[in-house]
Amino acid sequence: MSEMPAARPRPRPVTGHGGAAPEGPARVTASVCCAASCVSAQSDLILKKLGEKVAEAGLSDVAVKRVGCLGLCAAGPLIAIPETGRLLRGVTPDTLEPVVEELRSARPNGHKEAQEPFFSKQVRVATENMGTIDPEDIDDYQAHGGYEALRQVLTSMTPAEVRDEITRSGLRGRGGAGYGTGLKWTTVAKAQGSPKYVICNADEGDPGAFMDRSVLESDPYRVLEGMAIAAYAVEASEGYIYCRAEYPLAVARLRTAIRNAQRSGFLGSAIAETNFSFDIQVRLGAGAFVCGEETALIASIEGRRGTPRPRPPYPAVAGLWGKPTLINNVETYANVSSIVRNGAQWYSNIGAAGGKSKGTKVFALAGRVVNTGLVEVPMGMTLREIVYDIGGGIVDGRPFKAVQTGGPSGGCIPAEYLDMPVDYESLIKVGSFMGSGGMIIMDDTSCMVDVARYFMDFCREESCGKCPPCRVGTTELYRMLDKICSGEATMEDLEEMEKLAAIVQRTSLCGLGQGAPNPIFSTLRYFRDEYVAHIVDRVCPAGVCTIKPAEVAR
Amino acid sequence: MTTVFTFTIDGQAVAGSEDQTILEVAEENGIDIPTLCHLDGVKDRGACRLCVVEVAGSNKLAPACTTQIAEGMEITAHSDRLLEYRRAIIEMLFMERNHVCAVCVANNHCELQSMAEEHGLTHFDLPPISPVVGIDASHRLFAIDHNRCILCLRCVRVCDQIEGAHTWDVMQRGIETRVVTDMGKPWGESTTCTSCGKCVQVCPTGALFEKGRAVARGSKTRRPYLPYLKVVSEERG
Amino acid sequence: MSKPTLATVWLDGCSGCHMSLLDTDERLLELTERADLVYSPIVDTKEFPEHVDVCLVEGAVSSEEDLHKIKMVRERTTTLIAFGDCAVTSNVPGMRNPIGVPPLFERAYIENATTNKQLPSSVVPRLLPTARPVHRVVKVDVFLPGCPPDADLIYNMLDDLLAGRVPNVAGARFGR
Repeated sequence: MSEMPAARPRPRPVTGHGGAAPEGPARVTASVCCAASCVSAQSDLILKKLGEKVAEAGLSDVAVKRVGCLGLCAAGPLIAIPETGRLLRGVTPDTLEPVVEELRSARPNGHKEAQEPFFSKQVRVATENMGTIDPEDIDDYQAHGGYEALRQVLTSMTPAEVRDEITRSGLRGRGGAGYGTGLKWTTVAKAQGSPKYVICNADEGDPGAFMDRSVLESDPYRVLEGMAIAAYAVEASEGYIYCRAEYPLAVARLRTAIRNAQRSGFLGSAIAETNFSFDIQVRLGAGAFVCGEETALIASIEGRRGTPRPRPPYPAVAGLWGKPTLINNVETYANVSSIVRNGAQWYSNIGAAGGKSKGTKVFALAGRVVNTGLVEVPMGMTLREIVYDIGGGIVDGRPFKAVQTGGPSGGCIPAEYLDMPVDYESLIKVGSFMGSGGMIIMDDTSCMVDVARYFMDFCREESCGKCPPCRVGTTELYRMLDKICSGEATMEDLEEMEKLAAIVQRTSLCGLGQGAPNPIFSTLRYFRDEYVAHIVDRVCPAGVCTIKPAEVAR
Repeated sequence: MTTVFTFTIDGQAVAGSEDQTILEVAEENGIDIPTLCHLDGVKDRGACRLCVVEVAGSNKLAPACTTQIAEGMEITAHSDRLLEYRRAIIEMLFMERNHVCAVCVANNHCELQSMAEEHGLTHFDLPPISPVVGIDASHRLFAIDHNRCILCLRCVRVCDQIEGAHTWDVMQRGIETRVVTDMGKPWGESTTCTSCGKCVQVCPTGALFEKGRAVARGSKTRRPYLPYLKVVSEERG
Repeated sequence: MSKPTLATVWLDGCSGCHMSLLDTDERLLELTERADLVYSPIVDTKEFPEHVDVCLVEGAVSSEEDLHKIKMVRERTTTLIAFGDCAVTSNVPGMRNPIGVPPLFERAYIENATTNKQLPSSVVPRLLPTARPVHRVVKVDVFLPGCPPDADLIYNMLDDLLAGRVPNVAGARFGR
């Protein structure tokens, strides 16, 4: 760099607040959840109305604030009062009077309401600001330690030191495969070629998964900061966030955040008054699941049809525009600033029960669990703790049957493994997969053959059509599963299906096809009797499938 | 100076230069690795999965057409397991659309048909998908019968990379994937097509054919000109 | 010891495979010396015998009559051969499968008929929803694809079978 620009005044960031700001320091704050789940239940209107009502009531020492995801999506729309620890559930725009009354009388108390296990058992790293800060307010982010890590990295660490720190933290790719993040950064840093690129994979597409969406909607600056640190570490100057267009709120917040970060000097040239330059563009995906595969994602950013290509070469060597490219997912980047601020040792100490998996993992709890929502837990926590303590158990007290992890490439884990630790290796051992963090909990009303069919239907629709094993294989497998579900199949058909599934797994070009048979394998491994029941006894034990009458079937 | 690598394919010692693929070196040494999407002269895409081989030390199969050679590689290009995979893939291709060899213009001139014979496929265990797909015969000289298309995309690549017209492309995805002319317009209305006929010549099956040819009369008589494609693409770099 | 029995059955096909069988020419004489041809469109027997050692089945299973016949043939046959592409893949009869029976009938008997436009009455066996290859209905022991299979391949296969060898069908291919 030839010239170092002097510190220059920057325009004020945009903070498009709803709500109400107190004149002095707030006695209490009404933090209104404005992430997609609560917004879909009119929490944006609640925010606006509550602000008006608080002003009407003359509560000048009450702040009404927009925040990101409060986690307990099942009970939304949610309003948190952090000073008292109260969480108001199921608020509607027409029932705000009691809320105003509560805000009027609430006093900050030393003994906050005892937190329920849903909150107390979580360890929040990637989601630490979630539900606390205003997702669009860069000042609020900075007030909560935001951009300290980036400043620290730019002013006192070499790129190699940053990479070492990440390597020592034991952070692994949170997109699913669990590849060592530090190792990936080092590979990109050492790869020949210039310029280099940093990509954030925000093409979250697993059914039932909304971790990345929540992070982007609740704390977008954290992702931008993580990307900037990564760019510094691999010596890149351009970044892309590839986000699916089905996440309009996340995209809007990201764009606002990028604009604010540029104005505040945390993106663009001369970041934080150093000679480091880095800028980010958002690219929208048209909702193709396969574009979460890194080579397909790159093709899509380049403006081509989003189909994967065989690896090697890996993107770290030849990625975007043929240049070395770092691709990590949203949650991975969201962990970076915390690791830099608190140190690698701190991070790797979290989740010590997780063996080779360090730190925390964000999960989206969905399905037949009481507390559906977003949680972050230390690696190595048992499934039972996640489902029963944090998740609050099964709806209506029904028996737990299985939990599906890893999305369409994952598997179903039966009750006998409830006490196993949740980490990358353990999940693979039982035939499933960490994946990006979707956790679908099922009770005895779920038919496992139907579940396998559901995921195969998903893969069939999302196959890009490039290679025959995936394009044709998933369609054939879906038809075979459908035949079993309707009671028309024979045991020979089942055998044929297992044979084909193995071939699709082995010969498909990318992870979509290679992983597509996994739901079949894992349900067969633990619930083969249900398949046999459909075929031999022609009954669906869970009562889900419609078995065709015998005279039609055969 | 190029580096020369020595390695083995099916136990046979072979050598190639660093920028070569497994498939290229195999061909040079008379080792037949089946493929339906590879075409000399256009970029490889590793899609048809027939050329997958086993590389010692890797638990993943590698497409021979896109995998660069390396010193000391031990490659298995033919084994019972690979034969099983290849047969399954050929079978899937037959089941995907409506391949009725007996009434096909490419009968006896078809690479898919020959591939089935070479791999000893005498019947299909998979149920046929039997999709309803159409024929576009709007072009003056040529027609496309999607019933026979295996989506190798040779037509798309030769049109783009050699002829430079980019008339052909791909639409939709999964089992609904189709090759299209001019973003889905009928071929006869294409303003980009130069009617050069390269796509017809490179089509491995009866999907693309010259009009007026009867059943089994659709030989790609000008196939011998294809090595020319390679020369052109090499000249263009 | 009595000679092995041989039969041939004609389902939904064009009889081209039977023509190809006849193309084995003078070798037919040799075959009929080694086996008794007990049932075939080219012999006069009306009833399929109670037991047959080797049966060639030409054609796809398209109608209720085909279905009835192939089940009966399977029950009474030791080695059943799917003979030619229609029996192996459903081939040309199977081209109607994506269309469906009602539109097919509409096209064939109403739209394209010049006189006497009417759907087939009860005299003709009812069509099944799809024309299926033989092995989708009953177990098949040997597949000999081809449209039609080459006479040499037919002879070699029968030669092997009558000699008690595993039949070699190398060189057989779909179509041609």
